[in-house]
Amino acid sequence: MVDSLDVLFTLKVAYGIYSVLIIALFAWFAYSLVAKHKPRGLIRVPFYGFIAFLVFMGVSVHILTFNKVPWVSMDLKRDGIKADVVFHIVMKDHKYILPRDKMIIECGQKALFELYSDDLTYGFGLFRQDGTMLFQMQVVPGSRNDLLWQFHKNGVYNIRSTEYSGPKGANLMHLKKVVEVRGCDVSEKS
Amino acid sequence: MNYKDTLMNGEQGVFKPDSLTPLQKVTLRAVVVGLLYYGLAAIEGMLMRAAQITPIDALNNEHFFSIMTVHPIVGIFGSTYMIVFGAFTFLVPYLMKKPLYSIKIANATWMMIGGGTLLAWLAGFIYQYAPLYTLYWPLPVDFKQFSLIGGAMFVIGIAIIMVGTMLFIINTYATIFYTEKGHKKREVKPLLISAFGIDGVLNLINKMKGKPPYSKEPAVSLPIVAIFRGTVDTFLDALVILSCGILILVYIFAEMGGVSLDYKSIDALLYKNYFWWGLDLIADGLVLIYVAGTWYLLAMMITGKRLFMENIARAALLVELVVSWAVWSHHLLSDQGQPNIMKVVSGEMVTAFELVTQGIAIFITLMTLWRARPLKVTNELKFLLAGMLGFALAVPAGILQADIGLNRILHNTQWIIGPHVHVAILVGLTMTLYAVIYVLFPVLTNGAKLYSQKLADIHFWLHLVGGIGMGAFMGMAGVNGMLRRSMYVEGEYATYMILAGICGLMILVAWFIFMYNVIMSIGIKGLIGIFMPTKLKTTDPIPKEEA
Repeated sequence: MVDSLDVLFTLKVAYGIYSVLIIALFAWFAYSLVAKHKPRGLIRVPFYGFIAFLVFMGVSVHILTFNKVPWVSMDLKRDGIKADVVFHIVMKDHKYILPRDKMIIECGQKALFELYSDDLTYGFGLFRQDGTMLFQMQVVPGSRNDLLWQFHKNGVYNIRSTEYSGPKGANLMHLKKVVEVRGCDVSEKS
Repeated sequence: MNYKDTLMNGEQGVFKPDSLTPLQKVTLRAVVVGLLYYGLAAIEGMLMRAAQITPIDALNNEHFFSIMTVHPIVGIFGSTYMIVFGAFTFLVPYLMKKPLYSIKIANATWMMIGGGTLLAWLAGFIYQYAPLYTLYWPLPVDFKQFSLIGGAMFVIGIAIIMVGTMLFIINTYATIFYTEKGHKKREVKPLLISAFGIDGVLNLINKMKGKPPYSKEPAVSLPIVAIFRGTVDTFLDALVILSCGILILVYIFAEMGGVSLDYKSIDALLYKNYFWWGLDLIADGLVLIYVAGTWYLLAMMITGKRLFMENIARAALLVELVVSWAVWSHHLLSDQGQPNIMKVVSGEMVTAFELVTQGIAIFITLMTLWRARPLKVTNELKFLLAGMLGFALAVPAGILQADIGLNRILHNTQWIIGPHVHVAILVGLTMTLYAVIYVLFPVLTNGAKLYSQKLADIHFWLHLVGGIGMGAFMGMAGVNGMLRRSMYVEGEYATYMILAGICGLMILVAWFIFMYNVIMSIGIKGLIGIFMPTKLKTTDPIPKEEA
């Protein structure tokens, strides 16, 4: 099952390759512009073909993630999905009020995190022990703040606020090892 | 000339501030103040970079986040708005070959933007007011964390900037539409049709139908269309920011009067939508449109030729009008209360069209340059290409994060602020502005000589490598989970932050080198002379003998 590490790795590779290519293309273009002899064009780029390519790239990334990144369709359809376990979390005065000291989730369960802010706009993110992010969402006062997630790896996770809520919340309101997933065949690396 | 003479009088003593027209002076004043504010923003950026490497005792949380709050205010309004407005104040009358509507309004514009920026900065420096530029409700009225006076100062400072912005808008539109003395009456309708880019669309439609073009010679030149179109977004953005400022001020003044208003009377999500709609008009509206127009102008000035596919360019600017008004939801993809339909349509699909509008602008500019090759290696050409490269890197990064799946793991990480925001602003926008400064420098100074081409080259490479490098290392930290708007005190991402800090330092050094080169070119006396009253009484953009 694809998780955030796989998606981030793909992003890093794809964007890295793109960056190198576009820098090289501009360097070649700059050289060609000022070269005394007229260098041969590598390819002729038809304008409407270029526009079609941009439209294709802009739209296809969303179609790709909708089909390949598991949390996208689950997020958009979460109203019709029954959660196996629900955690109600309150945020107030730059503190989390958790339903219990440690939130335990069995492998494959769909966990719904429902957050309520009593004062400011905060964030809610789950992080691995090596600091990489599993997911995050905004926690807006007076608004619906719920996130449905299915876990497929054993792991212990930290919670951090992923939104600035003033200098009092500057150190991310970091709660260590408060979410645990167990019962899976695979474990997080760290 | 010896070093001291050059320092005082500029390279070969060519620059004479007394020879400047009122329009040249007001433009140079705005540009000089804008460049100084850019330096301040760069220093602030480096202070924050240093604190991300290792905690600094003198920079506590309150101070750190007050710097983070004023950093974009200084960078965007104090520097970018100032330079862009200054340049456009000159270019509109210069390109339209008619006097500026009002020099007084132009002077008031840079003074208000400069003064407002200073006031907002002082609110951060003295009172450490730090709700960040996003002003997420109800943080700006959280008086348990922030002082009332600081809040009032900050909001009034921003309001003054917005009033200055309105003055620029009035002056720009008035200059485009008014009929100068002795000229036959200018009709508004063809000017409006042309300024919105509608004539470009009509020309394309007529071409497809095999009819003659709607207008062979458009009433308004292409860069003016971009300025006009971008200014529509500038106006709407100013209205939104002003209205939010008034709301915050109501809460502040009520609190000062001993009445605590309930912050829950404002729907935080609705407010966030409204504020982002306005704020995004800066990032996705006026910046992209102004920048596209500036690229077109630079391409025409560098090549001395007409723009390639001008009708497409005009039509694309009209399309950007619709696109820029409908993309704000990409900032709310992690807000679960935001309706899914808005996330998908506005946040993802319409936003993806920015790839198309920017792609068109880059394509047309590159093709215009290509058809004129071989070109000379000039500063304006180098900086123009680097500016386009910046957007070619930053816009796709933005499109990627404007995806529901990727946003779930990228939102508010260093990825957003690094490869997208800072590469767009520092490499894309700032290098485009440097290209404008280099191309207009002899025009605005009546032929002043650049002190050192070598320094200009060093400035170019330091800024380019520093800007891309900083964005890249911030992006890598972001992919590894490092959040923006946060303090890390245990050295979690120290390696990336050290590398980003080195690149940031390159940008700061580049600015010092650039400023030194400029001062040595016009001299300290010349610099002071720019701010002295004008001796020439003329409405011409440049002196007649220079025209």
